[in-house]
Amino acid sequence: MRKSLGDWAAEELRFVVKAVVGEENFVDMTPNRSNNYCCGGGGGYLQTPYTEERHKYGEMKLNQILNTGAQYCIAPCHNCHSQIHDLSEHFEAGYHTVHLWTLIALSLGILGENERTYLGPELQEVNIPEWEK
Amino acid sequence: MAEEVIKLGKKKQSTLKDEIAKLLPDGGNLDLCLTCGACSSGCPATGIRDMDPRKLLRMASLGMDEELERNPWVWMCSMCQRCIYVCPMKIDIPQLVYNLRSRWPREERPKGILGSCDMALRHDTCSAMGASEEDFQFVVEDVLAEVRDTQPPFKDMEAPIDKMDADYVLNQNSREPVTEPDEMVPLWKILHIVGANWTYASKGWAAENYCMFLADTDAWKHIVEVKAKAVDDLNAKYWLNTE
Repeated sequence: MRKSLGDWAAEELRFVVKAVVGEENFVDMTPNRSNNYCCGGGGGYLQTPYTEERHKYGEMKLNQILNTGAQYCIAPCHNCHSQIHDLSEHFEAGYHTVHLWTLIALSLGILGENERTYLGPELQEVNIPEWEK
Repeated sequence: MAEEVIKLGKKKQSTLKDEIAKLLPDGGNLDLCLTCGACSSGCPATGIRDMDPRKLLRMASLGMDEELERNPWVWMCSMCQRCIYVCPMKIDIPQLVYNLRSRWPREERPKGILGSCDMALRHDTCSAMGASEEDFQFVVEDVLAEVRDTQPPFKDMEAPIDKMDADYVLNQNSREPVTEPDEMVPLWKILHIVGANWTYASKGWAAENYCMFLADTDAWKHIVEVKAKAVDDLNAKYWLNTE
């Protein structure tokens, strides 16, 4: 979206993320916006047999994430989600990878128990909907 | 004076060099590459298999077509376009990568990408995982029914398929209906509480398009056309693709 529309589109998503997790809990990675690096999930990479190369490619993104010190990385699409999740597992990095819709629904108190697959243990019990208590 | 126009040799074969000449900005020539290396210094694929974007472009501009034919690095670049963003001359290296991909015999391109593209061509759903219109409808209705039954504030929530005149037609990555259907629910809930007028389309609902990655231009175009037609046929205002 940023690539076709420009950085302003990414700014709007920053507004959403900050509104959802709280400004103090948001950390931008470096570099960011149009200078950011691709995670290596796209272009069909995940469907190629070049797994070792895909992990090597992804090390740049892995280090960006680790340098933020954040426990959660929000991925914009499915390819990114799969790759960033896989990087965490492969390199035993320990961070969690989530879709933005998961955090929006969590913050609204409407995220059901079957919808928490990608949350870590520290968020599993947070904002449980009234009807599931 | 010659009576006929003198023709010199055969018609020149299209080479990689001619192809990239067309990729350069404003009809420029290959000298526009300043060889600065900004592309390579910010590319996560630099160094993989001893290749990088600058080297790839230089090899192409030097006419080293043979060395580039079937170089697997073109599948290890994700065509993310950061190299264009930082290039002072805006040279489209990902397009060169795409063209090199398309020169591979189709059957010898990576099996995973090939299989996903071919699977998407089988149904009008465009699902790379082969999910049919019926499969999709069944999963959506099944998951929706459970949410309505067990989560009271969402007892009236809808996840329509082929609803006419909606504001938004939403695509869905096949992985959710096929492998983790509960992951569709948070987005439905958000659309529900904001009162969005949206629908899925039974044709072309799958968001992914591996034919593009396969560098099969005709198939890529076909997939996009099926999806766009579904949006038009439903008379929707916007097409939302989450990929």
